[in-house]
Amino acid sequence: MSGNSFLGGRTAIAGIGATEFSKNSGRSEIQLGVEAISAALADAGLGIDEVDGMATYTMDNNPEIELYRLLGGKELKFFSRTHYGGGAACGPVLHAAMAVATGVCKAVVVYRAMNERSGFRFGQGGLITQDPNSFETVHFGWYMPFGLSTPASWVAMCARRYLHTYGASTDDFGRVSVSTRDFAATNPAAFFYQKPITLDDHRNSRWIAEPLRLLDCCQESDGAVALVITSIDRARDLRQKPVVIRGAAQGAAGDFQMMTGFYKPDMTGIPEMGLVARQLYSMAGVGPADIQTAVLYDHFTPFVLPQLEEFGFCGRGEAKDFIRDGHIARGGKLPVNTHGGQIGEAYIHGLNGVAEGARQVRGSAVNQVSGVEHALVTAGTGVPTSGVILGVDH
Amino acid sequence: MSDIDEQLQQFLGRPCGPYNSWDEVNQAMIRHWCEAMGDTNPVYTDPAIAAASVHGGIVAPPTMMQAWTMRGATAEWATGSDTREPFEVFQFLEQHGYPAVVAVNCEQTYSRYLRPGDRIHHTSRIESVSPQKTTALGVGYFVTELEEYWDQDGQKVGDMRFRLFKYRAHDRPAEPAAAAPGKPARIGRFRAVESYDTKFFWEGVRAGKLLIQRCKACGTLRHPPGPMCPSCQSLEWDTVQSSGRGIVYSFVVMHHPPIPPFDYPNTVLLVELEEGTRLVTQLADGKPGDVEVGMPVEVVFREVEEGYTLPLFRIRKEV
Repeated sequence: MSGNSFLGGRTAIAGIGATEFSKNSGRSEIQLGVEAISAALADAGLGIDEVDGMATYTMDNNPEIELYRLLGGKELKFFSRTHYGGGAACGPVLHAAMAVATGVCKAVVVYRAMNERSGFRFGQGGLITQDPNSFETVHFGWYMPFGLSTPASWVAMCARRYLHTYGASTDDFGRVSVSTRDFAATNPAAFFYQKPITLDDHRNSRWIAEPLRLLDCCQESDGAVALVITSIDRARDLRQKPVVIRGAAQGAAGDFQMMTGFYKPDMTGIPEMGLVARQLYSMAGVGPADIQTAVLYDHFTPFVLPQLEEFGFCGRGEAKDFIRDGHIARGGKLPVNTHGGQIGEAYIHGLNGVAEGARQVRGSAVNQVSGVEHALVTAGTGVPTSGVILGVDH
Repeated sequence: MSDIDEQLQQFLGRPCGPYNSWDEVNQAMIRHWCEAMGDTNPVYTDPAIAAASVHGGIVAPPTMMQAWTMRGATAEWATGSDTREPFEVFQFLEQHGYPAVVAVNCEQTYSRYLRPGDRIHHTSRIESVSPQKTTALGVGYFVTELEEYWDQDGQKVGDMRFRLFKYRAHDRPAEPAAAAPGKPARIGRFRAVESYDTKFFWEGVRAGKLLIQRCKACGTLRHPPGPMCPSCQSLEWDTVQSSGRGIVYSFVVMHHPPIPPFDYPNTVLLVELEEGTRLVTQLADGKPGDVEVGMPVEVVFREVEEGYTLPLFRIRKEV
C-alpha cells in the first residue's frame, strides 16, 4: 500500500522512550529529556553515533544541542523546532521523516520534555512576553483586557458555538472524558490508572470556563517522551518491528488566528485539521475506513468532536451521535485515546499520543486494539496543527 | 442565650472617663495632621484665609477629634485621665477564648468646629454587644463603644461610635511558606498593546467610538485589524464607526482559575456586530444566566480603571 507521495512509507519510528508521568518530577527538564531519549535509543537498539538530527517544537525549554551533547553525540546535521506548541506535536515527525527520506540524516530523535505541572503551567492565564513589538502581545490585547486569557476559555468560546449549532450537549463532552478515563484506568503508566469516572462525575465537576467543566480539561504534567525515526530499511535491521510513517502533515487554514479562531465564517469546524486529514489520506493512500484506532488530541474534550468530523469518521455535526453510540470507547469501531489521552495518561503536549499510536501499530499497547493496520495521531487543535498516520510494515 | 451572652450584658452602659487631651487644640498638631492626611484646605492652616472665611479664624479638621485624646505611642492616657480600661469587655472575651480583634467601622458626629485653645476630653461606654456571630474571619461578638467628646465648658462637641469584632479565628490550614505564592497581589487589567495597526481602535474607544477597519480598495471590513486586506491585499485602509449594536455569537462564563483583577464568574462575549465583524468583549450590567447565543446587545464604554476605558456590551432590552 502506498500513497501518491515521495514521503509516505519511506521512514519509520524505530524506538519509543518515556519517563514516568507525574505532577512533580523532582529533576530538571534536561534530565527528563536525556532519560527519555536514552530509553528510546535503547528500545531501538541504536547508538547515539547514528543519530544526526534532533527535532522538537516550541514551548520546549531544552536546547537540541545540549541534549545531544550530554548524550555523547558528536556531529549534529539537522535540528528543527516547529512553532505553535501542542499543535506541532506531529510536526517534528514530519520534519524528521523529510530529513531522513531526503538523505540529510540517518536518524532523527524527536523529543518533548517538560515540568509543565511543577514549573510553568500553561493553564494559568499569563502572557509569556509583553514585548510591544511582538505580534502575539498585540494579538492577545483583544482578549486579555476582558479576562479571556486561559486556553480553556478560548476553547470554550468555540465549544459554545458548536453546542448551539449542532444541538449537542455538555454530556457529549463528558462522554469523551468518560471513555478516555476508562482507558487510562487500565494503563499503569497513566496518572489516572485505576481511576475511571462516570458521566455523573463529569456532570458534578465544577465549571472551569462554561461550557467546560473540570473533567473536560486535561491534566498538567511533568514528563518526557522521545522517538527515534530512521529509514524503513535501517529500521528493519533494528530491535523493534518498524512503525511505518505512512503520512505526516501540518496545517493552518481558513481565516486563522492563534487559539482564537473566532472570526471564521463557521466556528464549529477545524479547517486546519481538515487540511491535515486530506494530506494524510492522500500521502498514505488510505481513508477513514482503513484506520482502526486514533489518538485525537484531547487538551479539552470539545475539540475531539469536530476532529472526528474533519477526518470523515462521521458527518458534520454527527460526532455527538458517533460518541453516544460508543464508537470511540473500548470495544467501539474506532477506539480513541487508548492510552488514556492527555486527560488520563499525561499532558506531554501530544508526543505521548504519537508514542501510543506507535505501540498500537507494534501490537504492544496496554489497551491493544485487535487487527491494527493504521493508527491516526493528531496534534493540538485551535492552533496550527499536524498529524500522522502510522502503519504496519509488510 | 448562652451564659457568655448573658454575662456580657454587665459591661453595657458603664460610664468611663474622663480621658483627657494631651494638649489644647493647637496649630502645630493641626498642620501635622493635615500634612499626614493630605488635607490641603487652607482654612486649617492659613491664618489669613481662615480669618476671611465663614469661620473667622483657624479651625481644626472635624475628623481630627479623636486625635486630641488618643493614647500616645506608649499606650498611656493623658495626665488626669480615668485609669480604668474602657474595653474591660475585651479582657472578659479574651478569657473566654476570643483573642483576636478587628475594627469594623467608625461613625462620628460633630456639634461644632474645634478652635486653637479648646481643651477637650472624652467619656466612654460600651453601647452594645451583639449575640454571637460567625463571619468569614471567625466566631465572636460585635462590640460598639460610644465615645462622647466635651469641651472645657462641659459642652458636647461631638461623639464617635467605634465598632469592633472580637473573635476566635476559624481553623485554617497553615499558609504555605513564601516560596509558594498565595494570592497574587492586586494588579490592574492587562492594557492592550497598541501597534501601528491597532492604535486607531483604542483611540476610538477613548473617544467613545467603536471603529472598524475598512479596506479602501475593496471596502471589506475586518477585525481584528491588520496592515493588509486579506481579500485584495491593499495596504490602504480607513475606518467606519459601528452602530455599536450586534448579537451574542458565542460566550464563555469563566470560573477558574481566578485571574486578577476580574470578578468571577466573568462573562466574556463574542459579539457579531451589525456590520458583520466580530469582537471579544465583556458583559456589562448582567448575570451570566441572562445570556444566550443570538441575544441582541449594544456597546457601552466603561472606565474599568482610572484612565482605562473599554468597550463592554450589555443586553439590549427593546429591539
